[in-house]
Order: sequence, then C-alpha cells, then structure tokens
Amino acid sequence: MNSLWARVEPLLARVQKPARYIGCEDGAATPRYGPGKVSWLLAYPDTYEIGLPNQGLQILYEILNERDDSVAERVYAPWNDLEELLRGRGVPLFSVDTHRAAGDFDLLAFNLSAELVYTNVLNMIDLAGVPVRADARRPEHPLVVVGGHCAFNPEPLADFIDLAVLGEGEEVVAEITTVVREWKATGRTPGSREAVLRALAHIPGVYVPSLYDVEYDGAALMAVTPLYPDVPAMVHKRAVADLGEWAYPKRPLVPLTEVEVFRGCTRGCRFCQAGMVTRPVRERPAEQVRGLVGSGLSATGHAEVSLTSLSTADFSGIDGLLDSLDPALCGDQATISLPSLRVDAFTVGLAGRVAGGRRSGLTFAPEAGSWRLRQVINKRITEDDLYSAVDSAFSQGWHRMKLYFLTGLPTETDPDTYGIVDMARNCVRVGRKYTNRASVTVSLGGFVPKAHTPFQWFGQNAAGELRRKIGLVRDAAQKAKGVNVKWHDPLATLAEGITSRGDRRIGAVIERVWRAGGVFQEWSEFFCVARWEEAMAAEGLSLEWYVTRHRDEHEVLPWDHLSAGLHKDFLWLDWQEALSEHGQDDCRWTPCYDCGVCTGYGLEHMVASNVAPAGGSQGTGQDLSHGHESPVQLRSAVAVHAAVTR
Amino acid sequence: MKLRVRYSKLGKIRFTSHRDTANHFERAVRKAGIGLAYSGGFTPRPKMSFGLALPTGGESLAEYLDFELAEGVDLDAAQVHDRLTGALPLGYGVVCVAPIEPGSPSLQEDVVACTWQVALSGVSMAAAQAAVDSTLAVPMLLVERERKGQRSTDDVRRCIEDLSVAAAADDPRPHLCAVLANSGRSLRPTELVGALFPTLDPVDLAGRVLRTHQWIERNGGRQEILAEAIAAPPHAECA
Repeated sequence: MNSLWARVEPLLARVQKPARYIGCEDGAATPRYGPGKVSWLLAYPDTYEIGLPNQGLQILYEILNERDDSVAERVYAPWNDLEELLRGRGVPLFSVDTHRAAGDFDLLAFNLSAELVYTNVLNMIDLAGVPVRADARRPEHPLVVVGGHCAFNPEPLADFIDLAVLGEGEEVVAEITTVVREWKATGRTPGSREAVLRALAHIPGVYVPSLYDVEYDGAALMAVTPLYPDVPAMVHKRAVADLGEWAYPKRPLVPLTEVEVFRGCTRGCRFCQAGMVTRPVRERPAEQVRGLVGSGLSATGHAEVSLTSLSTADFSGIDGLLDSLDPALCGDQATISLPSLRVDAFTVGLAGRVAGGRRSGLTFAPEAGSWRLRQVINKRITEDDLYSAVDSAFSQGWHRMKLYFLTGLPTETDPDTYGIVDMARNCVRVGRKYTNRASVTVSLGGFVPKAHTPFQWFGQNAAGELRRKIGLVRDAAQKAKGVNVKWHDPLATLAEGITSRGDRRIGAVIERVWRAGGVFQEWSEFFCVARWEEAMAAEGLSLEWYVTRHRDEHEVLPWDHLSAGLHKDFLWLDWQEALSEHGQDDCRWTPCYDCGVCTGYGLEHMVASNVAPAGGSQGTGQDLSHGHESPVQLRSAVAVHAAVTR
Repeated sequence: MKLRVRYSKLGKIRFTSHRDTANHFERAVRKAGIGLAYSGGFTPRPKMSFGLALPTGGESLAEYLDFELAEGVDLDAAQVHDRLTGALPLGYGVVCVAPIEPGSPSLQEDVVACTWQVALSGVSMAAAQAAVDSTLAVPMLLVERERKGQRSTDDVRRCIEDLSVAAAADDPRPHLCAVLANSGRSLRPTELVGALFPTLDPVDLAGRVLRTHQWIERNGGRQEILAEAIAAPPHAECA
C-alpha cells in the first residue's frame, strides 16, 4: 500500500480547512504495517470536526494499533470541495494518518451514530473505489463493516454492508481480525469472500445481512431467516463485563481529555435508544478514572477534562471523585466538564465544581413539558428538581441555560406542549433572582421512534403536526421574556424516521438520495426533503407505512432477529405502562424487573454504590405524587406578576 | 520572565491554521510543564502572544511567539528550548529561545518586512525571470483582491522591496525570493504570484511557500528578530 500524499497535497491548497485531512494530531498512532497484519480503516461518515471526538472510534483505533496482528487508520467524510477535486482528478478516498487509499484496507469500518449519515456511507464507499452494493464486491475489495448505535437496525444498509457489529467493539474487533487474517493468509481467492463472511457470522455480535432471506407479504415484513443452519437466527449484542479492564482511550485525539466514567444507563427513559441498548450500568473504578485523568492531562497538555457517560451525575460518589481530582487539575488551570447532567442529580456543590471559572452555558434535558408526559416517557424529574437545579446553576454564576425538549412524543397534547414554555419561563424567573441577564433557550427536537425501545411501536408525528407544535411553542415564547426557542427541521425528522425503523427496502431509497447528490443530510445547507420523498415514491414505498403508522404487538419488526438483550415482551409491557402513564424505577437502585439484559448475558450492574445520588427523585423512594406541582415560591411569583399586569 | 521563541513549521503541519498553531503551542507548553503566567478574570488565559500569522499552507523557518513564565518558575531559555522541542507536534522545530526586555515592542508592530521563497511549478526559469524583470520595471502593480466580501483594486508595487529568481540547490524549479514590506495591508506571497503571472492559476503555480525571515529595524539597520542562524533546518514531519 502506497501513500497518496503526493497526489493529495496539491489538492489541499484548494480546500477549506485542509487540516482536516493531514492527521498529525497529538494522539495519532503510527501504524506499523507488516506481513499478514489485518488493516482496518475506521471511518466516520461525517465531517472531521464531528467525527474526531467520537470515543468509540478512538477506543478501537488504539486497541487495533496496540495488537500485533492489526493496524488501524482513520478517515472522515471529505467536505464537498475536496470530494469534487478527488473525483475530478481520479484520486480515491484516503486515510488521514498515512494517506493510503481506502480501497487498500482489509476492512472499511463505519461508526454509525445517526441515520442521516447513511448517504455519506455510500458516498465514502464509492469514493474508495469499492462497489457500493455488497453483492458486486470481489475478494480484493475491503469488507464493509458498520457498528455504533444505528447498527442495531442495520437493515436499511443491508445491501451496502458486508457485516454489522452489534454492541461494544472492544473484544469483537480482535475476533474479526483473527478470521480476516486467515482469509488473507489463503490469498483471498475467487469465491473466498462468501466463505469469510460465513465464518464471520459465527462470531457472537456479528450480523451478515447477505446470509439471511427476507420475506414480505405486500408492505408487511413476514420473516428474516438465515439461509444456512450454521448462521444464527438471532444475533446478540456484545457487551464487556467490566469496563475497568478496558482503560481506553489513553491517548485522546481531541484537545480535551475524555474519560468515560460509566457505560450503560438504566434510568429507563423510553424514547432513549442509547439507554436501552447499552445496559447494564458498568462503572469504571474511581481509581482508574483518576489515573486516566492524570495521565491524559500530562500526556496531552489538554486544558479540559470531560467525564462522559449517559448521565454523569449518576456516577457513584461523583462529589468525592471531583474532590479527589482537584490536585491533578488545579496546578494546571485545567477544568472539568460534565456533558450529561440530569437535573435531579445536579446540586449546588456540583454546579460550583464544573467548568472551573467558566460559566458559558449549561444544558438540561427535561424532554417533556408536563409531569404527565414525563411519566409517559419515564423521565421522572419533577418541576422542583428542575428549578432547584436551575437555581443552583444561576447561583453559581451561570446566566444562560439551554433546555432540551422533544415534541411529538406519544400521548402528547397541546397543554403538554405549552408546558414547555411555562417551564422555561419559570427557569428565567429563577435566574432573575441572581442576574438580569438570565436567559433560557428551549431547543426543540422532533421525536423519532427508535428500534429496541418501548416506543418502537409508536407512529411518529407527521411533519405538519410537528411544525404545528413547534409553532405553539414559538408563539407562546414570544410573550415570555428571556425565553428563546430553537428547533430541529421537522422535514429532517421525517427523513430520519424513514431510516430509523426502515427495512431492507429502504436501501434503494438511500441509494437514490445519494445518487441524486444527497450527501451530508445532517447539514441544513445540504438537506433536501424532496429527494427523500421522490425516492420513496420511485420505490413505491409509503411514508405513512414507514414513519407515521403505529405498529401492533404482533408485527414482525425489521430488527426482530437482532437482540440488544431486551425481551420484546418487556418492551411491549413498558410501552403499555407508558400509555397508562406509569413510570418505571431505575433498577440500579431498586429490584430487577427483568428487562432481559443481565439475565440473558450473565452480566450485572457494576456500581460502587447501591444508593441513588442525593437529590435524585427516581428510584429513591421519594414521594413523586406532587411531581407536577410548581414550587410554592414560583406559584406566588406568578400571582404577583399577574396582579401587576392587571 | 518574558521569553521569545523562534520556530520553524515545515511539512504536513503547514496545512494547519494560525489558530491551530496557537493551540499546538498552548498544549505543548502544558505538556512540557513550562509554567506560564495567566491572565486574571473569569476566563484565565496563558500569557502568550503570536507574531504575524503564517497563511494556512505556508511553511516557515522564522515564526515567532512570546510568552511569560509564571512567577517562581525556575527555567532558563535553554531549558525551555529543550522542553518545548520534546513536546511540540512533528513538523515544528524550536530554532532558538531568548529572554526579552519587559516593555519590548510586540512582534506584530515590530516587524517591517518578511522574506519569502516561493517554488514555482509549471513555468520555466526564463519565463519567471521575465515576469520578475517586468514587474520591477513598472511603477505601479494593480492587484484585485477581496477581503470580508469587499472587492478592491490595490497598488501593491510599494510592498515589493526586493524580488529575484533563482534555482534552489536541490530543486531545479525557479524559486522566487521576495522581500515584502509589512506596512498597511500586506501582500501575500500567493497574491504576488498572481500578479506576476496574471493568466495562470496561482494555487497551482505556487508549489511551496516558505517564509525564511522576519525583519526588524535596530540602530538604522535591519536584522532578523532572533538572529541565531539555523545550521540545518529541521525537516521532520509526520509520517
């Protein structure tokens, strides 16, 4: 494999941000090639800036480069200026580390964190000089792999990928490497591609779509069945038992040190695919967190440490951990950021600790505007929780806050939607006690039901309905001082809905959108819903069927042969509980309700403390019957305000 | 103590921006354990200031930055030189480090001119010489350029203090050697190439752009800011 640098270099003088394509980051590896080694090209199908911080990719990059039998390099989606030059001058897609042609690698492995990047996946395969359709590939072509959260429903990409990996990659990449190494040793002879895929299908967590037959009856999916007896009828996700055994990444690529403090989340928010597919909770030992923070800072010179997880304030003894990090940080002016904070675990103490002297912005995610709806989605944070968190933050010097909400949730009514503005207005009022600059930005996303969640049966709101609800919030917020509203394009939500729960027939739609020039669909300047609608129509597929239709209990779902460990009947039961407005406790701190993951995998929660964090309202036995009530203080403030305006 | 660093930037890393370079140095300083003085306020920043920006894609043998060590940091210039060398990403080389007097003029205001070397691809030595001769012969050289959406036509002849062409020892391509004044709106090397060869594409033409010197005026004469000669410019770059 030769470096394409001599052909790439002259192009870089003509593109925006050429530094996207040169590698040279602090944490970059020097891949050591050798005979028989398996080469992975880890691809992120979005821009360099978005892809670089991805921890999954960084972890696998380090693990594969540490092994004796593999090397790994990275590639990100080239921006359209470089793409045009590459196509115009016949230069293939190349790795950023040593500028090798993407088609020369043994595996081209994509990280899928969002559905709208699927057209970029096709584009990158094509730019690599590899046939876009898997059935057209020959032994000399790389194996195209996908992993990441979207790989839990890889069916829309089934025609374009050779294999999907379900779940965590730390262990399975080694097993895949072994099989591919043997394939290379036999010379990748004609016809051997089918054999290696068959062998890969035997690895737990590996799904090879071409080894399954799909039956339809009209629009309905009837079955997805293996073609051969040795191919598993159900593919189960992979999960590492003990995060403490995988202290990665040690050499971060981005200008901040990120330490994953735990993996998995059992708060049980019903809309949240991440929380459902990453169970159970596995905390990293506090000692290892301290070690990774210290070594990360001294090895990189970074000024910021980010403690990541799905809900970092839930880490056992988070206050103690932050205290003990002080010595490592203070001498160096380094700051801590906690990117995912639940409001019911955000205390004054915590507020004072994060981000050092910086008070730029803080984000909370109540997700729904009423207690009723928050019970439906099982995000049981009370109004009190929110206002006391917001109070803590304002009292510690913040003056700007962002609140994330979803609209188009199951059972949502207009009063629920209006509740969003009420909550935002109340937050501003709390903030005005401390600063006249207090402002709150409501960020409104359209809800897209995801595979392997209790809401997988729910018919997504049509774009027009989402637009109407956004309008309600926007109009109501105009009268609320200090409340700003931002929203996600409902048409992009529609396109996401097509791919989120799509089956294999959606592959042709993705290909049409891509061929019509639809890349970077997450970017509003490139997104065009007409391409999606035209492609659906051209394939004779109905938006109603794929997006807005409610599914029933017995419908075969496109991902039924893929398991994230959750029993389908648990998910259905939880869906029914949602509709009857019943919440579910966090099983980390309360008895197991058998969702299937721990029992099915022989795994257990690994938490240092079996008590919920202070201030948390969920799973702590706290009385939640008054969850909907605004605190007395705020209610009286409303009354006074009303009296004055009258 | 205030220190001034002269460094080179060569190879792939040339595609990083001036801002990226600032970040690279900020991280290298932390990594090297060189305690810097910090500004006060809500957002403490290390006291570090950079000289003239190098255009993204350009290489250099003479880039500069100043920084101030925190009180009580017991490091001399030689130690800072060594530590910084070990901590910078590949492609940067520390040429020399020297203490500067408090109250010295800033790099931005002190530099009067820079010398640039531009390797020209796709033109003959004779054509390059002819372009240089005719440019030097005219009293006025108009360049059309755009900044912040505003198009303007400027006479840039006065920016060109000296201009010559020669082959390099290891590269037969014609190499422009230009001394460009740093007063008012300066002339970028690629703009100069565009003015010399108005019918050709300056991006294709300017194969390699290298800043070799930054000049200041002292005692009626010109000198390099930190004059220590580079015996062998480090050409390390990442793999």
